[in-house]
Amino acid sequence: MKYAYYPGCSLHSTAKEYDRSLRAVCEKVGIELEEVKNWICCGSSWAHPTSKLLSLALPLKNLAEIEKSGFREVIVPCAACFSRFKISQHEVDNEPKLAAEVEGIIEHKFKDGVKVYHPLDILSSNVGLGKLAELVKNDLSGLKVVCYYGCLLVRPPKVTEFDDCEYPQSMDKILQAVGIPTLDWSYKTDCCGASFALTRTEIVIKLSRDILEGAKSVGADAIAVACPMCQANLDTRQEEIEERYQTTYHLPILYFTQLMGLAFDIPAEKLLLKNHLVDTEGVLEKVR
Amino acid sequence: MELNIPSDTVSEFAEIIKQTSGLDVNACYQCKKCTSGCPVSYAMDYTPAQLMHAIRLGLKELVLNSTTIWLCASCETCTTRCPQEVDIANVMDTLRIMAIRAGIRPKMTEITAFYRTGLTNIRFFGRMYELGLIGMLKLATGQFTKDIGLGIKMLKKGKLKLLPSFQGSSMTRRIFAKVKEREKV
Repeated sequence: MKYAYYPGCSLHSTAKEYDRSLRAVCEKVGIELEEVKNWICCGSSWAHPTSKLLSLALPLKNLAEIEKSGFREVIVPCAACFSRFKISQHEVDNEPKLAAEVEGIIEHKFKDGVKVYHPLDILSSNVGLGKLAELVKNDLSGLKVVCYYGCLLVRPPKVTEFDDCEYPQSMDKILQAVGIPTLDWSYKTDCCGASFALTRTEIVIKLSRDILEGAKSVGADAIAVACPMCQANLDTRQEEIEERYQTTYHLPILYFTQLMGLAFDIPAEKLLLKNHLVDTEGVLEKVR
Repeated sequence: MELNIPSDTVSEFAEIIKQTSGLDVNACYQCKKCTSGCPVSYAMDYTPAQLMHAIRLGLKELVLNSTTIWLCASCETCTTRCPQEVDIANVMDTLRIMAIRAGIRPKMTEITAFYRTGLTNIRFFGRMYELGLIGMLKLATGQFTKDIGLGIKMLKKGKLKLLPSFQGSSMTRRIFAKVKEREKV
């Protein structure tokens, strides 16, 4: 299986560990990733509140480059990029006039189009849970994890066309398949405060605290995520939240691919487990 | 002021929104599901449902000057749950764009500064250069000491790259220029 790969800005910087662990896991399961040449930012949190045309042109320019390079499918691991890609496709699919305008801006007319996938989808459906189970080398049954999907992977369902929008399970199924027990909880798709981290930090402090509190109350040892923005808010703001609310969480926030990598016996250094602000030693101690 | 909306009146403001974005706010029947599910409604001056109602009453000034439009986190919960399929998160984007074009100075200037600096960054570098964004945002808001400790920790962990890449910057500059040209019309 070979796919075009759009890492996006975060996976080249704040979420480097997501990029590395995803690549390592894909190699293990037999997926070849070819990074899109000259990819540009998808516009993320900045374009859509300021210019509709720009918010469509940036992701669609990337899809145009992918189509030109001969790929029909692309893997987009960042939930924010995934959302902008899917929304832009949805908007132009439903409005031919707008489609023509955007095609003029990006200087490309789409023929067959490119199908956008999140790695959770590829790993659970195309690779399959049985194959994932066969690759397990380490016992992680002592680690209890809650899966946090956040907003943009599943909402709005008409656009993302992925999993259940109120009670998603793809990440739970994948982690269970590699022998990691996942707990039921109420915050799977609640918002962490997203891009308010740099502007209205107090919103992130409140919303992320609710999520950490929910994970703690069901007895989780760690939170598994699939979005760089969710990871950053829950990890980098955790100490501040603990100080503000006079409590302790010590909850490592790991990408689901890092947890899969541990089960597959990929070395912790390769998974960049030391890149997180909240110490991940407790997780490593549970690997047998 | 008459707060009930007679069925034969049409809000000019709602019509403008419909024409520019294709979004029909008139389908709203005030069930308030959007507000119940909104994670940020506690901090807004008008709840999402109140804002939809204000649009239908034609209260353009109130809507475009509300904190609501800037505090929407774009989490898409309202859009997902609306039984009338009003794409509320998209309406919020449309309102922000209208407010910016109308030159309205928002109550929370740091949020528009964040958009502005983010876009400048993308246009110039092609890909987001986080350290550049943080620096530009500090210059724009004057909040120089905010998150300094956290920033240093992230630098030590190698979470922020020191230099921008410039890859794709000729592409983004071209796209920005073309969009600007079209939006002038």
